[in-house]
Amino acid sequence: MNNLTILPVLLPLLTGIILLFVTKSIIIQRILSMLSSIIGIGIAGTLVYNVSAHGIIALAVGSWEAPFGIVIVADMLASLLVLTTTIIVCAVLIYSFYSIGEAREKFYYYAMVQFLLVGINGAFLTGDLFNLFVFFEVMLMASYVLLALGGTKVQLRETIKYLLVNVIASALFVITVAYLYSVTGTLNMADLSRKIAEIGQPGIITVIAVSFLIVFGMKGAIFPLFYWLPGSYAAPPIPVIALFGALLTKVGIYSIFRTYTLLFYHDQGYTHTLLGILGILTIIIGIIGAVGYWDLKKIIIYNIIIAIGVITFGISLMNEQALIGTAFYIMHDMIIKAALFLLIGIMIKLTGTNNLREISGLIRTYPVLGWSFFIAAISLAGIPPFSGFAGKLLILQGAAAESAYLGMAVVLLSSLFVLYSVMKIFINGFWGEEKEYPKKDIPYKKLLFPAVLLVAISISYGLGTEFVYPFISQAAETLLHPDIYLDAVLKE
Amino acid sequence: MEILMAIVIGILFTCATYLMLSKSILRIIIGTGLLSHGAHLLILTMGGLKRGAVPILTDKIQDYVDPLPQALILTAIVISFGVTAFFLVLAYRTYQEIGTDDMDQLRGTKHNE
Repeated sequence: MNNLTILPVLLPLLTGIILLFVTKSIIIQRILSMLSSIIGIGIAGTLVYNVSAHGIIALAVGSWEAPFGIVIVADMLASLLVLTTTIIVCAVLIYSFYSIGEAREKFYYYAMVQFLLVGINGAFLTGDLFNLFVFFEVMLMASYVLLALGGTKVQLRETIKYLLVNVIASALFVITVAYLYSVTGTLNMADLSRKIAEIGQPGIITVIAVSFLIVFGMKGAIFPLFYWLPGSYAAPPIPVIALFGALLTKVGIYSIFRTYTLLFYHDQGYTHTLLGILGILTIIIGIIGAVGYWDLKKIIIYNIIIAIGVITFGISLMNEQALIGTAFYIMHDMIIKAALFLLIGIMIKLTGTNNLREISGLIRTYPVLGWSFFIAAISLAGIPPFSGFAGKLLILQGAAAESAYLGMAVVLLSSLFVLYSVMKIFINGFWGEEKEYPKKDIPYKKLLFPAVLLVAISISYGLGTEFVYPFISQAAETLLHPDIYLDAVLKE
Repeated sequence: MEILMAIVIGILFTCATYLMLSKSILRIIIGTGLLSHGAHLLILTMGGLKRGAVPILTDKIQDYVDPLPQALILTAIVISFGVTAFFLVLAYRTYQEIGTDDMDQLRGTKHNE
């Protein structure tokens, strides 16, 4: 039963390895990767159910008990994120079938998507810092290849920058792990948490906490470490951007979430204030970009940065409501960002341009696309019946409880600007005079299906808040009380 | 001994930073190499440089050096080796396609859009 915990990592790994051998036949690749992701959703669903029934499941790999071996820990937050990730990968795969093109499919595209999934699921589920580093590298290596695959000039140029930034961040990760090892003498997260609690977080631990913030902030694009993101994410084809935008930055944010709630929570005065300030600045930078651009991709990319800022601000508050709200918001944001990227991908395919000024009047010919985009846009801004609302409301309540009124104001105003930036796409792109576009033969309905699927999931997530709430409050319970995590892993 | 190592690693980091701020891609890649050397030496140093036998189990020996940092370094070396190989090939391919190794000319001009 415990082995269930590692299946979200093993299944895509096995699929990826098999896919390496069948690159000639695109049909077999598609069937295999689709089959694997559907089974993956089943496994992740079972995992969520089991964790909700029995509490945290910890698997000591190779029966070497923690802290000596590697543990795979499935708590509620990790399981929910694994489920969300698998659903998004499934939808993006369907979109890739009709848009990525034969040349890329024959050169290991699907295998790389599976390896990306290995890295992400592994990073969510691991209970060991060095293992987290290794899973980060698995994820990053696959992302380098996906970013460069196709070899157009803009992709090569941006891959160099993305690669360099991540090499530096990874070196810094290793350095920080080395410091932490020399202070505590362990790498297992539960054991680290216990040891740090024993020595009561002296100054050196705060320094290490800030180093981790730099490392994970570079992966997760918080201010002032976001500069690589807009260029790199605009380069690859749309399904790859959807995967990156929905998943990669969230892994960085999840790691901040994990380390700042499990390890470095003793002396919150410095670290968490810093986190809050950086979160607010990230929101402001994101707003400036999202409002300033007339490029479809860039607008959504800067919306990622805004969401990162909101999540970071939510983590910094460290009370029950804010943590529940942040957990709500992460999952909503992953789904809705993937949906938005797929939707603007269809718009770009239809019109042949990503300049918003050259697009108008799409709603007459493509009403379903228009209304799905409208729903996705107002969900993103957090209009009440939809999915963005509950998370932001709880974060705001949490901020009010901590009297962080400046942050509250920025988060509220950010919703307005988010709404403005996506409504700019809707009003300029879908309303107005119908224009003639070079009619391209694209499989419009097939491309629309995964995007509408994600929008539908997001709507049901918003409407079914009552149903989802117990799961998420269980996730926040673990984050608020690290003892639950320690007891489950160390089993004393 | 640790202090000497710390100074040497600091020099490695300084050189790496300097090289990575230069314009040529090859210099940048050499910089990443130095950076990973520094990081690996740092793990070794932070694990403690006490005198002891190599971590191979033999009779009659009480003191061993810490085996964990060595395993960590081995993992990190292989990973950075893979990434560096990819980076070198990427730089080569970029040189072929775009025809420059100057980072200033990789800004997103018409030439390489």
